[in-house]
Amino acid sequence: MALLDVSNLKVDLRTARGSVQAVRGLDFSLQRGETLGIVGESGCGKSMTALALMGLLPDNARASGSISLHDQNLLAMNETQLSQLRGDRMAMIFQEPMTSLNPLHRIGEQIAEPLRLHRKMTPRQAHQRALDLMDRVGIPNPSQRIDAYPHQLSGGQRQRVMIAMALACEPDILVADEPTTALDVTIQGQILDLIGRLVDESGMALILISHDLGVIAETVDRVLVMYAGRAVEHGPVQDVFARMAHPYTRGLFAAMPRLHEGVAAWPRPALPTIAGIVPDLHDLTDHGCAFAPRCSLADPRCGAQTPPNTALGNDHAAACWHTDQTLAEKIGGQPA
Amino acid sequence: MFNVLEFMRRALRHRSFVVGGLLTTIMLGMAALSVFWTPYSPTAINVRKRLAGPSWDHWLGNDPFGRDVFSMILVGAQNSIVVGMIAVGIGMSIGTLLGLLAAAKRGWVEEIIMRLSDFTYAFPVILAAIMFAAILGPNSINSIIAIAIFNIPIFARVSRASANVIWARDFILAARAAGKGAVRITIEHVLPNILAVLVVQVTIQFALAILAEAALSYLGLGTQPPTPSWGRMLNEAQAMIFRAPSLVIFPGLAIVISVLGLNLLGDGLRDLTDPRLSRQR
Repeated sequence: MALLDVSNLKVDLRTARGSVQAVRGLDFSLQRGETLGIVGESGCGKSMTALALMGLLPDNARASGSISLHDQNLLAMNETQLSQLRGDRMAMIFQEPMTSLNPLHRIGEQIAEPLRLHRKMTPRQAHQRALDLMDRVGIPNPSQRIDAYPHQLSGGQRQRVMIAMALACEPDILVADEPTTALDVTIQGQILDLIGRLVDESGMALILISHDLGVIAETVDRVLVMYAGRAVEHGPVQDVFARMAHPYTRGLFAAMPRLHEGVAAWPRPALPTIAGIVPDLHDLTDHGCAFAPRCSLADPRCGAQTPPNTALGNDHAAACWHTDQTLAEKIGGQPA
Repeated sequence: MFNVLEFMRRALRHRSFVVGGLLTTIMLGMAALSVFWTPYSPTAINVRKRLAGPSWDHWLGNDPFGRDVFSMILVGAQNSIVVGMIAVGIGMSIGTLLGLLAAAKRGWVEEIIMRLSDFTYAFPVILAAIMFAAILGPNSINSIIAIAIFNIPIFARVSRASANVIWARDFILAARAAGKGAVRITIEHVLPNILAVLVVQVTIQFALAILAEAALSYLGLGTQPPTPSWGRMLNEAQAMIFRAPSLVIFPGLAIVISVLGLNLLGDGLRDLTDPRLSRQR
């Protein structure tokens, strides 16, 4: 039995212009110790998926379908039941370490908070455990730093504090929503390594959300590419990166700058982009492929019928009518 | 986050904060002094000295009954402060509670609380106090209740607005992700972050409450004789404004000084607690 099972997850948003679906039927499952990356452009629904998992959707959003953790449907739970799970069985790391800590509380108190809340630890026990956690996430001099306020730490240090908070109760599942976007590149690598190492050590499951294919390639086992609220391609990282079956995945990959190409050439070739823009969610219909207007392979069928998931072997699948064509073209990356 | 020494240094350079603090201290000092000592009893009548001007014996002169005006103003300060503190205290506690509740619950709870606030806010304080006095009889308790009730919506609005801003911050989402409930988040995260705003509002409301108390006493709806009160001193003096102008001037000055002092203090505190406004004035 899977640890986490998401089936037909939909998130509806009420906006001034009526109701839109930010997530339009998402299925995936996760075993203990497994790591999943969700990639996509801004507005493709990846953050909404993360918030739906945690039960932290904004007031104007409503999730339907089912999300079961340990065979319990999270969407059927009330706020009290959810808050008992949050921070204990499932935890989340946010994008902005600079603003995700309360500026008025010492970091030691903030790390100890979930322990006091869920494990009913005494202040002394929690303090001791907070020291251990700070050591584990690589904050130097825990015994001095524990009394620091967030503004006394750098962004990377604060993200380490956030990770310590998330890991405090040893959750079964960790959701990391763009944990390195706000950090500079050298720190990004360190934080990703840290998350990877901690996930390995504790055997929890990880959902890493990012728009950065490099981050995904380095950190996770499986990847799910989202476009306009749907999974367009998913599978093991090596398979997806080696044989990109969906034109959107290929577009994303092509739009990544590469160091080894084009350095010598002058003028430098322009970075390829995906033509068109992300569709306005208000304009999406239920039939047809959402990517069709931007796709070079699109034909009338793409606009009329929703492409089914085509299995490509080894648990790799893409929702495209033209997988035979894309795979024949052999466009894809080197194994990452 | 908060460095006391640094704050003090900035505070002492802020002109309106220093002046306001000084005036407020004078007022509080007068009130504190009057608890233990006044030059004369504020109720002692001395007919031979009636309407006497300021003299060495009676610094601020005597009123139509020969009572010592200085002593009456000292005791009047006490009265103003007690009424202001209790009224603003009640208004702040209930108002902030409602505001925090509205911000935490949202939806129809927020709607009901805020519309009730608007409703209360629409009544002029003085008119409502007249209504209270008519129903319950005029005395200082009823004037406190009237002022308190009209402080509730002000604090409800201020605290809801600032709490809403805090609720939208990332660290609230992080706290929710750690499994904290709305009550804990409100107490541990929202309240400490809106405290500065509330403190500023308290000083301003305090000034307004002193003014309201003086107005109610002036109309005979607040503090009753023989307890001295600034508002009533003005009322009793107005018939003799040309014969004994000092009787109007001194209680008037007392009101001006305390209201001005509290307003300047509130202004200064607002500037000092808001990092965006931390320039000198």
